[in-house]
Amino acid sequence: MNAIIQQLERESLPEESGLTFRIGDTVRVAVKVREGEKVRIQNFEGVVIRIRRGLNRTTFTVRKVSYGVGVERIFPLYSPNIESITVKSRARVRRAKLYYLRKRFGRAAKLKDIRFR
Amino acid sequence: MRLGLLGKKLGMTQIFTETEVIPVTVIQVGPCTVLQKKTPDRDKYEAIQLGFLDKKETRCTKPERGHFESAGVTPKKVVQEIRLEPGEVDQFEVGQELRADVFHVGDFVDVSGTSKGKGFQGVMKRHNFSGFEQTHGTHEYFRHGGSIGCRLTPGRVWKGKRMAGQMGNRSVTVQNLEVCRVDAERNIVMVKGAVPGAPNGYVTVYQAKKRKARPAAN
Repeated sequence: MNAIIQQLERESLPEESGLTFRIGDTVRVAVKVREGEKVRIQNFEGVVIRIRRGLNRTTFTVRKVSYGVGVERIFPLYSPNIESITVKSRARVRRAKLYYLRKRFGRAAKLKDIRFR
Repeated sequence: MRLGLLGKKLGMTQIFTETEVIPVTVIQVGPCTVLQKKTPDRDKYEAIQLGFLDKKETRCTKPERGHFESAGVTPKKVVQEIRLEPGEVDQFEVGQELRADVFHVGDFVDVSGTSKGKGFQGVMKRHNFSGFEQTHGTHEYFRHGGSIGCRLTPGRVWKGKRMAGQMGNRSVTVQNLEVCRVDAERNIVMVKGAVPGAPNGYVTVYQAKKRKARPAAN
């Protein structure tokens, strides 16, 4: 990629940037939802199954199973609509992308927890 | 006046506003040097000739070198004329440098460039024809265009009939792109959306022909 664009992207990163979570973490993403004038916070909680890195273009995918249906949502890490990201629990995983979870349901989809300090 | 500047497409990225993510193309616009003025007296029309990006003097032909010397500037890689309305050419001086700050955030621009070359392509890719069935006995006729005309009347194929041929690598203009950021120091303009051509391709950024700047809201 062009060096100037990289430079621009680096400059656009907020001061405290970087990932606070890892693959396999269960996170709660607080998303701002705009309804007309009002701004409301909606939480989306699930497992991080993918992180695509690229300076300010970084995105991550959160998967949860809602009423028996798998739901995945892709967030830009630096999206202005993300209020906060909190790590609920961590798990020991051996892959960088947890696509295999899509094929598993119920107990089989459970990841081994690790206590986080 | 509809001023245009020469530039180079650097690539695409994203920027964030308070509410949304905007896809933008980063264009290095200028600095462009005025090499020559076309005046009504001498040339019967008005335009300025702009040069963009330096090149080595050894890369010039002798006539080129003379042309740059008479403008008193270093040799330029890209040279192009920008047509002006009557009377406007007096606002410019030979040797004057135009920078990205002729554009402002909220302006609309038209960007011309050469589209990516796709080579000789069939009608399905080139004109979005639907082709033929993949089954039901179709024999060696999957991606053809079908009939290209009638019989005795008109007895020939209509002009402009869409057929296979060269696709891409032609001049394309995208109109009404919004300017999202201007960095006058680095001569960088970010416009919302895509722009013709590959990264590092040369483009011309004009003030929009059809759309006026949005009143400054943010």
